[in-house]
Amino acid sequence: MAFRTFRLSRFNSLEFVLGATLTIVICVAVLLSDVLFPGGAEKIDLMARLARPFTTTAHPFGTDPLGRDVLARVVAGGRISLLVGFTSVIGAVVFGVLMGLVAGYYRGFWDMVVMRFADIQLAMPFILLAITFIAIVGGSLTNTILLLIVSQWVQYARLVRGSVLTLREREFILSARAIGVKDWRIVFQHLLPNLIGPVIVLMTLNVANNILLESSLTFLGMGVDPTIPSWGGMLADGRTYLQIAWWVSVFPGLAILLTVLGLNLLGDWLRDSLDPTGRTAR
Amino acid sequence: MVGFLIKRLLQAIFVVIAITLLVSFAVRLTGDPAVTMFQGGGSMTEEDLMRIRVALGTDQPFFVQYMNFLKGLVTLDLGKSFTGGTPVSRLIGDALPATLMLAFISMAVSIVLSIPLGIKAATSKGKGVDQAIRIFSLLGLSFPNFWLALMLVLLFSITLGWLPPSGMGGVESYIMPAVTMGVILTATNVRLVRTAMLDTLNAQYIMVARAKGLSESKVLYKHALRNCAIPLITYFGLQFGGLLGGIVVIERVFNWPGMGSLAFDAVGARDYPVLQAVITVLSLLIVGINLLVDIAYGLVDPRIRTE
Repeated sequence: MAFRTFRLSRFNSLEFVLGATLTIVICVAVLLSDVLFPGGAEKIDLMARLARPFTTTAHPFGTDPLGRDVLARVVAGGRISLLVGFTSVIGAVVFGVLMGLVAGYYRGFWDMVVMRFADIQLAMPFILLAITFIAIVGGSLTNTILLLIVSQWVQYARLVRGSVLTLREREFILSARAIGVKDWRIVFQHLLPNLIGPVIVLMTLNVANNILLESSLTFLGMGVDPTIPSWGGMLADGRTYLQIAWWVSVFPGLAILLTVLGLNLLGDWLRDSLDPTGRTAR
Repeated sequence: MVGFLIKRLLQAIFVVIAITLLVSFAVRLTGDPAVTMFQGGGSMTEEDLMRIRVALGTDQPFFVQYMNFLKGLVTLDLGKSFTGGTPVSRLIGDALPATLMLAFISMAVSIVLSIPLGIKAATSKGKGVDQAIRIFSLLGLSFPNFWLALMLVLLFSITLGWLPPSGMGGVESYIMPAVTMGVILTATNVRLVRTAMLDTLNAQYIMVARAKGLSESKVLYKHALRNCAIPLITYFGLQFGGLLGGIVVIERVFNWPGMGSLAFDAVGARDYPVLQAVITVLSLLIVGINLLVDIAYGLVDPRIRTE
């Protein structure tokens, strides 16, 4: 139902073109990083330590104090960001949507559990939760992803629960129930397709958000292992050399900004496209 | 109204208990502080460790420690830091004002920026100005706050030499941290103001105000803005948690002596009275503000109470 309101003309908007271009170019570059930069992010060019950017073709974005190519590291570092961004969102969606469906459809105990978790989550900013969690289990790639899932599933559960509460009283659900359709079929075949639109919007915006959160955690030394090239880790290194080598800090940050911007543009565009009232508001 | 108050208060108490329990329990899983303290201190026997545990109070059962912590919260006596022995309440007393000061200034910066911009966007809906503000707001939402902070340091401290790169001192030391958070908050707030204004501008009393010939600025700032003040104050209040989270991160960039710096040092040293206190105090603050916002909203708008 949500997709029926979608029109092809919507693909002409500046937001979509800009967002899709940024996202596709960045994803393709990051996925092909091994092909684009054979030798990769760890190759050290001792003769060209701290090379300034835009001066040589060998190192267009310059090199860091160890003589590693900044461009190659930025492209390779994107793998961590994209991996964390996408897997954490998929994990949170699967769990959150299931919990939301159960809470909204059956109400009762599970409904209470979801809503109380939502209260707690609202009172505990992500970074505080992260400090506690990482202090216990230590920082790593898996733990960062787990942490994001733990802190975000509630958002999807709340969103889905809200939609289910209004949908379950609608005629098409009542009549499905009246003719004896099984619960799981009502939930997955009738309810789920009707609430998927807002979930997709939230997913897109959260991939962007989680890339930001992962990079902050890694920057603070509480996320991904600092020896793996990642944008947050490069910025943590670069901060030390800010005075002598600005480019080591500028390019990874720019990469985060453009990736997140691309995804935010897409999410924003999706919200307008899927939500008919949003369209009239424009 | 009384029923609503009681329900909301019970909810807040539940959250407080859940968070304090969670934090106390979690913090104790981070490892034995006695072992950490002894690291590099040569050989140690089990008795030595036990003596330290008794001194720190970590030999007691979890529940006893938790009750002591709750009692300490009320009496403002949160024990001593494991490193250095400073009373935790004094550490918090020094760090909390630094963080809160930054939070309020950032909030003020964002309100001053976002209200005129949001109103401008709403009144020129669909036109170029609106689009430009929208794109800028998206751009602001996409900025990693700590990177924006680094870039400001690069420009204003290293290149131009106008502002101090770190630390808390005179007025000039507040500029970069407050601008970093203020700009990022503005990105969200502009959209909130725009939406709230769009809803209000269609109302009949706005048409009446225009019809009787009031100046446009009077219509917008006196009549329209006042009427969407309630939802806006609510949104701004609910942002407080996220704002504190952001400040905790950028405190690291600016070496700001606030709650974030305190927490990170405590994680490194397994100093769990401090870590526990920082997280609990910040969470309590957020629960308190959310509660106040909800009650205020319930007082002003009766429809909320039946929710």
